[in-house]
Amino acid sequence: MFDLDRWREILQTINKNKLRTLLAGFTVTLGILIFTVLFGMGNGLKNTFYEAFQDDAQNTIFIESGFAKKPFKGFKENRRIEFENEDLEFLKEKFSGRIQHITARVYKGVVAKYKSEYGNYTVRAVHPSHQYLEQTDIEKGRYVNQNDINTDARIAVIGRLVEKDLFGKENAVGEYFSMNKIVYRVVGVFSDKGSGDREERTIYTPVSTTQLIHKNTEIIDEINLMYDINIGASGASRLSKEIERALKKRHNIAPSDRNGIHVENKVEDLNDTLQVANVLQIIVLWIGIGTLLAGVIGISNIMVYIVKERTKELGIRKALGAKPSAVIGMILQETILITLIFGYIGLLIGNFVLNSMGDKLKDWFITNPSVSQGTIIAATIILVLSGLIAGYIPARRAARVKPIVALRDE
Amino acid sequence: MIQIEELHKSYRMGSNELHVLKGINLDIKEGEFVSIMGSSGSGKSTLLNIIGMLDEADNGSYVLDDVPIKNLSEKKAAIYRNKFLGFIFQSFNLINYKNAAENVALPLYYQGIPRKIRKEKSLYYLEKVGLADWAHHLPSELSGGQKQRVAIARALASEPKVLLADEPTGALDTKTSYEVMDFLQGINDEGKTILVVTHEHDIADMTKRIVMLKDGVIEEDKFVQQVRASEHV
Repeated sequence: MFDLDRWREILQTINKNKLRTLLAGFTVTLGILIFTVLFGMGNGLKNTFYEAFQDDAQNTIFIESGFAKKPFKGFKENRRIEFENEDLEFLKEKFSGRIQHITARVYKGVVAKYKSEYGNYTVRAVHPSHQYLEQTDIEKGRYVNQNDINTDARIAVIGRLVEKDLFGKENAVGEYFSMNKIVYRVVGVFSDKGSGDREERTIYTPVSTTQLIHKNTEIIDEINLMYDINIGASGASRLSKEIERALKKRHNIAPSDRNGIHVENKVEDLNDTLQVANVLQIIVLWIGIGTLLAGVIGISNIMVYIVKERTKELGIRKALGAKPSAVIGMILQETILITLIFGYIGLLIGNFVLNSMGDKLKDWFITNPSVSQGTIIAATIILVLSGLIAGYIPARRAARVKPIVALRDE
Repeated sequence: MIQIEELHKSYRMGSNELHVLKGINLDIKEGEFVSIMGSSGSGKSTLLNIIGMLDEADNGSYVLDDVPIKNLSEKKAAIYRNKFLGFIFQSFNLINYKNAAENVALPLYYQGIPRKIRKEKSLYYLEKVGLADWAHHLPSELSGGQKQRVAIARALASEPKVLLADEPTGALDTKTSYEVMDFLQGINDEGKTILVVTHEHDIADMTKRIVMLKDGVIEEDKFVQQVRASEHV
């Protein structure tokens, strides 16, 4: 391979036949370019999925109640199941080794009012642990704490947009405002960049306060928990099954009833979504490989034509003592060189296109499209291999050129 | 140098067979200057191709410089061609994108000779054919006679045992033809064995031995008094 003379020979051939080389290389450039861009876009799609899920903690389980569809133990069908504070304490105790944080969620729609400004918002009444689950960033003040729960304090932590809507440019922390005509004090303002505007129009209150104000019930809409990450994905799915079983037993729901209690494991969700992204990427990959193949076939075709055109020259070379291996090596090396150079040009252009795209395609779910170092190395190997494949047929043809036929005067 | 016995060759043309060489016996010693003559279809080019290892005989034996040439692989044939033979063609067969010096150096490249020596040798042989000043010209910038002289230089460069020339003057006018023959005579005077295929009598007369082929057999094989080409130039 490192025969300097042969390289000189090939470079001279390429140099003296620029148009021919350009034509052969163009198909490869195009193939690699399309491959790179498609693959990068596939990665961008995956990035979007990752980003969407990275905002909240991954090791969380959401538990919701619903309607038990099947009759069980004398209870009739279509029964509404509701969680209460006891359920939360029960889970906390029973799975204490595996649960790190647990919180209730109670939802209420409210009209919030400050001076002359008012609007409709969602209140999410929670325990202090909720901050870790939602990964809420406190911009000012503080979050709900245990003391608020104990004293049923009328305090609220409001979203950045709630502050903007109601308080304008004023600092809301320490101010009083009303929700459904009951006065609360703002103790903190939070932001949540990853989840969008809706999230930032949420108001957090202590769960006990909201329960007290709303007819003094103990009802919880939802239980969210964060488990010890060390139990792993399989441990997590085991945990969610155990929780489901325990809660069904507590609420007298038939074990086979799928509707009474929903236990949602985020990791399983994420895996499902990433699987969709992976399938998309595989499809994109195949399209890319198809394009690449078209490029390889293109260059192979042109090389076959080139060999035909060079029949006489190859005949002369053979008459002068070129061994078949020398002829094969020459054509093969030439093809690989052209494939590599023009392929790399395609790769560079493709990368440039991807870089200049940046986040402009975010509306189409493509975030930061790019190809990794590993992909580039793989693409280079693919290039050399495709050069070999593309060169093989023409090279074999070249080796078969009979000097006597090639040199026959027409 | 060349011993040929009972050489047969036929080509298959569709369903019928064309018997081109029907038992050729030829013995050429070192330093001879032989012309093979005959009308077209007499088999003279086929004979030269077999001698040049570009084609293989069906029957008979061919020994070149004490090496029996039989059942050669393509690789072996290439090595032997490179080592033993120098070719001169009617249409010169220079590589059009290589300059004169590079064309002359090509057989040396396939011998694996280092670049520097190749350069020296190619210039030496170009000087020998009087084209040192044209070393860096492309074939398209040379006249027919100059092209053939480059081809002769190329054939000589590998220092072969035998020079094979297939109608070397076929594409040239009379004056240039004689110039080329003058070169070949000079080379022969230095002891090189040369085989020329031609159908021109004046060219044949400038060799030392004329082999007449007719319908695949040798009709006549005679040594002649060589006419010096220089007398006509």
